[in-house]
Amino acid sequence: MRGVLSDRMGAALLMAPLLLFLVLAYAWPFLGVVKWSFTLPTPGLGQYEALLTDDLVQSVFIRTLRIAAIVTVVSVAAAYAITVVWVRGTPAQRLIAEFCILVPFWISVLTRAFGWVALLSNRGLINTWLQSIGFISEPLTLVRNELGVVIGMTHFLIPFAVFPLASAMRSLDERVLLAARGLGSSRMRTFWTVFVPMTRSGIIGSALIVFVFSLGFFVTPAILGGGRSVMIAELIYLRIFQSPDWGLGAAISVVLVLFVGALMALLFRYVKPKQLV
Amino acid sequence: MQQPGRAAEIKAIGIGKSFGSFRALDNLTLDIGRGEFLTLLGPSGSGKTTFLMILAGFVQPTEGKLFSDGTDITDRPAEQRAAGMVFQGYALFPHMSVEQNVAFPLKVRKKSAADIKRRVGEMIERVGLVGHEKKLPSQLSGGQQQRVALARALVFEPGVLLLDEPFSALDKSLRGQMQAEMKRLHQETGTTFVFVTHDQSEALALSSRVAIFNHGKLLQVGAPDEVYDRPDNRFVAEFLGEINMLPLKGVQPAGNGATGLCEDRAVNMHCKAEKVRGDAILAIRPEHMSIAREAAVGENGIAATAIASTYLGAATKLDLTTRQGAKVTVSVPNEVAAAALSKGNSVWLTWPAEKGFLLPDGGQ
Repeated sequence: MRGVLSDRMGAALLMAPLLLFLVLAYAWPFLGVVKWSFTLPTPGLGQYEALLTDDLVQSVFIRTLRIAAIVTVVSVAAAYAITVVWVRGTPAQRLIAEFCILVPFWISVLTRAFGWVALLSNRGLINTWLQSIGFISEPLTLVRNELGVVIGMTHFLIPFAVFPLASAMRSLDERVLLAARGLGSSRMRTFWTVFVPMTRSGIIGSALIVFVFSLGFFVTPAILGGGRSVMIAELIYLRIFQSPDWGLGAAISVVLVLFVGALMALLFRYVKPKQLV
Repeated sequence: MQQPGRAAEIKAIGIGKSFGSFRALDNLTLDIGRGEFLTLLGPSGSGKTTFLMILAGFVQPTEGKLFSDGTDITDRPAEQRAAGMVFQGYALFPHMSVEQNVAFPLKVRKKSAADIKRRVGEMIERVGLVGHEKKLPSQLSGGQQQRVALARALVFEPGVLLLDEPFSALDKSLRGQMQAEMKRLHQETGTTFVFVTHDQSEALALSSRVAIFNHGKLLQVGAPDEVYDRPDNRFVAEFLGEINMLPLKGVQPAGNGATGLCEDRAVNMHCKAEKVRGDAILAIRPEHMSIAREAAVGENGIAATAIASTYLGAATKLDLTTRQGAKVTVSVPNEVAAAALSKGNSVWLTWPAEKGFLLPDGGQ
């Protein structure tokens, strides 16, 4: 018989390499970043004061939060629909849904961003097609703005939003839905008044994951935003590699990490870790 | 609260259900009377729950017709049948309070707020949950959840209440209490109750009629004493309680009943010998047999030897072997058992003619 203790020891041993890697590759360098934020270019809280007063930094923060919020709402709504089909559809529907969820993982984020540019740009597929059928006369501006960023990010994040939702829907007692119908509730009403509220923990988990991911997006906004919709990660990059203003870049990073940390703490208060996979 | 006339009368004609090659229910024809308390009894996989799900409209029968008050409801979806249903595990809405759970069917029916408030209040009082209105199901005990489920299923005054093993999760004392409560609710509402269980004592205690299922077939329907005292076949006889089976030879009609040879002694039965002739099985419940020093001429009796006893408190279960080796169990007063055992040898087993019944030899 294997004891609880030896199980825990085994788990700790198996996790040790990953923990070591995380400490060496993330935690240690991050402490360096924290140090820069207080010491560059001169020691003190000057960079954090700048954060509060710098218009550019603030507008980027606000834009980042706005884009993250929009992406979260759209991704979770779309993921919800896909997950319903994936978890509760006929076998054929499930297969198609599973395919749609998994395929994006096989294509790199960079490839996908350029793919969206090809689809959405002024002379891209969508505009050309809409013009050729005479639906529009002037091309629509679908990319190199916030819309493009939202589209690209939503597409990337939907699959991540699916898993917490699927977990919540799978653990739902089928009989409760039958009970609602037996009591006279239509399918639509049962969906909105019973099914959706019962998957609340999945919705919260899904939304927080998408929101946290959105905050740190770099490649997608950089390519689909075309420099006009700079998000926070891109701003950090610009401050460190182009300005160069390492102290401010470091301070923004620290604030971002703290904010994400707080959200993660919130996430785990509402959702058990195993519900997220 | 409800006029007995509102109770539904249900007619099932030739209902069958197959899941792939599995035959869950076969050619079931059954009338459920207005305001009756019918129990569907059988082991798991016998088709009783499938039939209940067909009645609720959650399962579509492969063949057959279902009528409610003379209207064909075979193809009517569950949400339009409006049968009240209590599920195994209760299936309460976990995100709604007790009050909201009970109000749900009324809200669906777009009743006025005042009407909902009044009827929910009445129902909560009726099932004894006053003071728990604002609680979530997870804050209630099993028995309380059960009451919420009953209240929610009855609040919209359905013509029929369907109950799927509602007591299986409760402990024994609570179960007895809930059974009494359900009987009271049945009398008060006058609604037709259809109740599924695999517990035969529960079925006998609660129902006005019991329908016994096995392997997807309805074997017998009747009042509790009818199916217990006069089972049609061996399965029903054995499922409803312990029973002794003695081989019988030369069965033939005699007067109002039948006669035959049990271990070379003539015995009489009040039941008819129409179905069985020649060899058959004589079945007698343990509590219907008594121990005697000897059997009088013309009295039903066989000789046996007591071999073991089990003290049950109110009575003693005594195991005996007949001369020809048949095993018999009787339930007798404690001192009778002690006396029979202390003698260590032959006693006589006797039983009244109306308590023995005939089953076909060997078959089900």
